[in-house]
Amino acid sequence: MSRVSVPCHVKGTVALQVGDVRTSQGRPGVLVIDVTFPSVAPFELQEIMFKNYYTAFLSIRVRQHTSTHTPAKWVTCLRDYCLMPDPHSEEGAQEYVSLFKHQMLCDMARVLELRLILRQPSPLWLSFTVEELQIYQQGPKSPSMTFPKWLSHPVPCDQSAPLIEGLPEPSRVSSEVQQMWALTEMIRASHTSTRIGRFDVDGCYDLNLLSYT
Amino acid sequence: MLQEESDLSLVIAQIVQKLKGSNLYAQLERQAWASLQRPEIKLESLKEDIKEFFKLSGWEKKLQNAVYSELNVFPLPSHPAAPPEHLKEPLVYMRKAQGSWEKRILKSLNSMCTELSIPLARKRPVGEQKELLNKWNEMGTDEPDLSLFRPVYAPKDFLEVLINLRNPNYENGDSLSFRTHLGLIQVPLKVKGIPELKEFFVELGLTTGQLGIDDSTQVPPELFENEHVRIGQKVLAEQDSAAAQQYIRQGSPTALRAELWALILNISSQPEDILYYEQLKTNVIQHDLLVDSLIYKDVKLTASNDDYYFVFEDYLYQVLLCFSRDTSVLGHFAYNSASPPKSYIRGKLGLEEYAVFYPPNVAPLCFLYHEPSKLYQIFREMYVRFFFRLHSISSHPSGIVSLCLLFETLLQTYLPQLFYHLREIGAQPLRISFKWMVRAFSGYLATDQLLLLWDRILGYNSLEILAVLAAAVFAFRAVNLMEVTSLAAAEAVLADLSTLKVMPLLQIFLFATVT
Repeated sequence: MSRVSVPCHVKGTVALQVGDVRTSQGRPGVLVIDVTFPSVAPFELQEIMFKNYYTAFLSIRVRQHTSTHTPAKWVTCLRDYCLMPDPHSEEGAQEYVSLFKHQMLCDMARVLELRLILRQPSPLWLSFTVEELQIYQQGPKSPSMTFPKWLSHPVPCDQSAPLIEGLPEPSRVSSEVQQMWALTEMIRASHTSTRIGRFDVDGCYDLNLLSYT
Repeated sequence: MLQEESDLSLVIAQIVQKLKGSNLYAQLERQAWASLQRPEIKLESLKEDIKEFFKLSGWEKKLQNAVYSELNVFPLPSHPAAPPEHLKEPLVYMRKAQGSWEKRILKSLNSMCTELSIPLARKRPVGEQKELLNKWNEMGTDEPDLSLFRPVYAPKDFLEVLINLRNPNYENGDSLSFRTHLGLIQVPLKVKGIPELKEFFVELGLTTGQLGIDDSTQVPPELFENEHVRIGQKVLAEQDSAAAQQYIRQGSPTALRAELWALILNISSQPEDILYYEQLKTNVIQHDLLVDSLIYKDVKLTASNDDYYFVFEDYLYQVLLCFSRDTSVLGHFAYNSASPPKSYIRGKLGLEEYAVFYPPNVAPLCFLYHEPSKLYQIFREMYVRFFFRLHSISSHPSGIVSLCLLFETLLQTYLPQLFYHLREIGAQPLRISFKWMVRAFSGYLATDQLLLLWDRILGYNSLEILAVLAAAVFAFRAVNLMEVTSLAAAEAVLADLSTLKVMPLLQIFLFATVT
């Protein structure tokens, strides 16, 4: 299914901590990231994609557009989604993650704002966040294209062009070319990634030095 | 639910894509065409009839084996946004470490080239080619002057790189706290504890028969051995890879081992494979690589001096020289955190696949296989599936970093007094066991014990058993080790492993140690 990226504005992370941030010893274990969509109307959310960086648990709250005059409320749509099975070890720490509409607890029909709540209970990590955040909405269902008039209503040919001596008949040539094209399409469709096996490129064994890049 | 289905279809698509180019696909197609002649295939139910035919004639089994081997080897398809280097190794700092390690090796090779003014690769003159072809089966008698060649690196150097591996986001405080690693490896990878290992290696338990324990002379063969051999023969008759892998977890009878390993690694001796080997042999004869001299020197130093393996010296040369030219091995770099070095030839970019430092891993295989082309295939498959992880820095559970951490964690948790004592006298246990693990114990254990160990590596599709065995060896010699007062003395206690029996050690450590 097609999807379209929605331009979003990611606000800076806010750490939630009990007590004074400057004087207390420990590092914050909860971060909040606000995501707004300034230039887009309320849309239906399809997918959220990001790269994890040492976040253990993720909760998402969403504020949706309501038709009545009541102010929009924050609703939790994802609760404590586990990104790292063991918060003290590296498993899942730098993985790419996609979250889809069907995994959410509530309907995501008219999204105004998102709030991501990141939790990392382990004191071993110096920092944690999510990177490369991207939001997607449903793409258009089918491409609507209009055909030019001459394609949909071809003009009938009244007289056939005079045959030039020595050249084969155009209709036979065109049918053979069509068959050849069909063959090449078949071969292209069954393209595999297996190597053919030839690797002796001319002169490839006259090496002097290995490169570092 | 939707997610799992789409994941499954992605995996299926990937495997189909991979198998489409293989020989098996062409053979299946040919068989399907030929089967149309048969009377039982009817046009109305063509698909079902052909499927039935495949099942009866054994072709479905071959397809199953091929799919099973693909699933075992290749990692599952990852997230579509993940770049290819993420598939090789997800953690960025490990990728960087592997990159700088490779740069170091390349620098060393390049400087060796320029110092000795030997080209990296050159075409052999015709006379030399003829000479090498004549001597192909007895390359061991050739004694070129190798004194100027230095080994590119030793296990100690690699260990130093691993010890200095640090995660920049990890709290590496100076003060000792619960977060400090007492061992040498300072990377917080997830390793299994003994309860998880017990579950993983459940077939090694005390109540299950094992070859290596229950086939000793005191035990009457009717209790276990005869039945086990019979089941093995049946598995071979069925030609089922998955069943063979399950069977071999209890060890493989010596007579069946060669065929069982070939079945598990899904290697069949087709004429195309023999032809491929001959093609590689031609490449060895036509071109001379700098790496060849390094291989000669390495084999001369290690295998030729070993009591068990010196007879296979010629085989080793044949296999390793061909291996260093085999570009089909490049395929495994998709999931190996290492990258092949590149070199520029007059403006065009060429890829030279090479690898240093494996010879002892080949030698035990020579006990099993006699034809060079089959020996070569088995070695290549074992390297591409398992042994490459011992030479590259990655976060994979079977990678050398995880194995080292698993070893240290097991020792600290279950032999804390021994670990503390060794640490105090300056003999960190990993310094002694690293060389065992990085060579998969070849050259240290007796050959029959080594082959039993490698049976289990194939059976469980993981190298973690190497770390468990290393910890078990320390546990076995714990009493002696508690009395030593220096690293040299500790190494002397653990110098000779050739009398050890692998399976009883593993069983006692995993299932019979009182914690």
